[in-house]
Amino acid sequence: MGMPTHLTNAEIEEFGREMDAIRNEVMDSRGAADRAYILKIIRWQRSLALGGRIVMFLSLLLLPASTLPYAGWPQFVGVLALGAAMLGIAKILENMEIGHNVMHAQWDWMRDPNIQSNTWEWDNVCPSDQWKHSHNVVHHTWTNVFGKDPDIGYGVLRVTPQQRWEPKYLIQPVTNFFLNIWFQWGVAVHDVEPDKLLSGEKSIGSVKHLLRGIAKKAARQLLKDYALWPALGAALTVPAAIALQLDVAHIALITFLWIAGGNAIANLMRNIWSNVIIFCGHFPSGVQHFTKAEVEGETRARWYVRQLLGSCNIGGGKLFHILSGNLSHQIEHHLFPDMPSNRYPEVAPRVRAMAARYRLPYNTGSLTRQFGTTTWTIWRLAFPGGRVQASPA
Amino acid sequence: MQPQSQAASRSLLSRFTALTDAFAFPLRTSHYLELVNPLWTTHALQAKVVAVWDETADARTITLKPGRNWRSHRPGQHLRVGVPIGGMHYTRTYSISSAPERNDGCFTITVKAINGGRMSHHLVRNIKPGDFLPIGVPQGDFYLPDANPVEPLFITAGSGITPIMSMLRSLVAQERLPDITHIHYAPHAYDVIFGQELAALAAKHPRYQLHLVYTREPGETTAEKRHFSATTLDSVCPDWRTRDTYACGPQGLLDAVESHWRNAGVSRQLHTERFRAQVAAAPSEITSGTVLFANSGVSAASDGVVNLLRLAEDNGLNPPHGCRMGICHGCDAKLKSGCVRDLRTNALLNEVGAIVQICVCAAAGDAELEV
Repeated sequence: MGMPTHLTNAEIEEFGREMDAIRNEVMDSRGAADRAYILKIIRWQRSLALGGRIVMFLSLLLLPASTLPYAGWPQFVGVLALGAAMLGIAKILENMEIGHNVMHAQWDWMRDPNIQSNTWEWDNVCPSDQWKHSHNVVHHTWTNVFGKDPDIGYGVLRVTPQQRWEPKYLIQPVTNFFLNIWFQWGVAVHDVEPDKLLSGEKSIGSVKHLLRGIAKKAARQLLKDYALWPALGAALTVPAAIALQLDVAHIALITFLWIAGGNAIANLMRNIWSNVIIFCGHFPSGVQHFTKAEVEGETRARWYVRQLLGSCNIGGGKLFHILSGNLSHQIEHHLFPDMPSNRYPEVAPRVRAMAARYRLPYNTGSLTRQFGTTTWTIWRLAFPGGRVQASPA
Repeated sequence: MQPQSQAASRSLLSRFTALTDAFAFPLRTSHYLELVNPLWTTHALQAKVVAVWDETADARTITLKPGRNWRSHRPGQHLRVGVPIGGMHYTRTYSISSAPERNDGCFTITVKAINGGRMSHHLVRNIKPGDFLPIGVPQGDFYLPDANPVEPLFITAGSGITPIMSMLRSLVAQERLPDITHIHYAPHAYDVIFGQELAALAAKHPRYQLHLVYTREPGETTAEKRHFSATTLDSVCPDWRTRDTYACGPQGLLDAVESHWRNAGVSRQLHTERFRAQVAAAPSEITSGTVLFANSGVSAASDGVVNLLRLAEDNGLNPPHGCRMGICHGCDAKLKSGCVRDLRTNALLNEVGAIVQICVCAAAGDAELEV
């Protein structure tokens, strides 16, 4: 638990120097291939988003009322679901491999005016400037430090026995479920810190400007997914409904609802997936937490050690890593937050070997293991007590 | 009435785009149009390379088809061209060498591969038809006024011919070529960019007087003596004091021309175009200097060791920042000029427009930052 005791200060500093060496080596080798990678991902993401919405519109041709061959409810719902899934994957890519990483300034080195951390806005109800504060500044600097890192349970969950139990945690299995399906809203209010608002630590006046920003961003997001696109779909059915002498209003209404539903599925997919991946970053069994005293006067090397001990990886294939925004390499991401994410896979074995050499834990496992222990921890710690788990070696 | 109806249709279009942009939020319609054709974008102007043509052994003319939002240039103007080299975006300024009267919607730039010039080498050697380059719109006040100068004098050297070529081509296209004297310097006859076109022009139009000066004998590598001199000028163009003069070329030529015109008290007749190097000298060791925080106008003495964020704070500023350890990029600021050193890696940053993490960088000599 906490900072390792088997290493001398000199050894920790040497560990830091080795980490810096890895960082410098990779950062110096950034080049055309990395640029090609992010441009390709962006092109794929935009094509998938637009394609998904078009497929959802095309599914309307299969509404039973259209009387076209192959029309029918199962066919219609199937194609609509395909479009929704494409849009959902696009949203996942946009939020994770693109948005999160661009906002970490991983791609600022290209000096491409269209891919810059300070101007990027993502497809999420959370305004990017608030995200960059709560995430880049607070969470990445104070990772897993009690009283400093709001990401330890996000103020609503008890994720380590070192957090004192309170009756409010009894409902945390339920809280956890709703946080999972409405994750983007949780992310949106993250910088506001609603728990501190409720406890009176923060006044509503002090967060007014944040709430205004969220409301503005959320309104445009909701307008797009739940008004404009469904309305366009409904409008497209009007000429066909007139030609077929159907009830125009009825067809338009059900179209509106189905398209809005498809978009909701896409948003839900993104919420659940990003929640699962992000919870696996710092909550699985064996992850370490730190006290403020432990990070007093912390050197860069000790900061590296803390990032390693406070983060967890998930094993998987190439596509899995891309879809998780390479947050499956959470350890490497926390060690080198502004390194282009496509380089984490090549850095991971080196970091792991270094951890072994210094006899430090390197917390990695399958998605089942990491998400399983995360969920179990949340259920168990709803009740008082609980034991701190040892790190997997 | 036409300009009005054009403006009306444009505002209708912009209103329509504002609506479609709401469908594309947080992106814009233009980002999706880019998937189909990068020339249709409005968020970032791009140009497609449609042809390349070697003018000399080390100079190449690149024909570019600009996207929407392009506006025609005035002959003599330049534009910014961006190229990703090694994944990094570099921007340089090049004069347009074609005339605006060209009617295929394209324009040309003519680039000479200069020694140690990363970008010019890339443009001359690697760019091929079908590539897309980010561009800016035409800029600059080095162009012929609408009231055509009666007897212009052109003084050019090397690739400094490009803006003048645009002027000459435009004057020919408009059939209003005035009495022109043109002195052009090049190392050898085979180094003259547009050599054949200039010779043909001189042969066809007696009012166009071309004087080519070759600064080197074949095989010679340096020759200062044949560069710009008052004697040559007096013999070639005795009435230079009364002519409107347009000069473009390397620093040395322009400095000589400017001082000569100034000494004669006719600086007002002289128009020059120069492209300064955008890179400051990088000192090899820790150097003290002065840091100017441009947004506030505060300047501070730096010892070359203290980080720029601390320096700003010690001088009463409060720039935005976060972690103070180089991970969150909350303090990123643009370098306006000078050189800074990354305290973690000792890497030097000296390109104008470079992003500086001020909490982990110190000035290396003088520096100016957008803080």
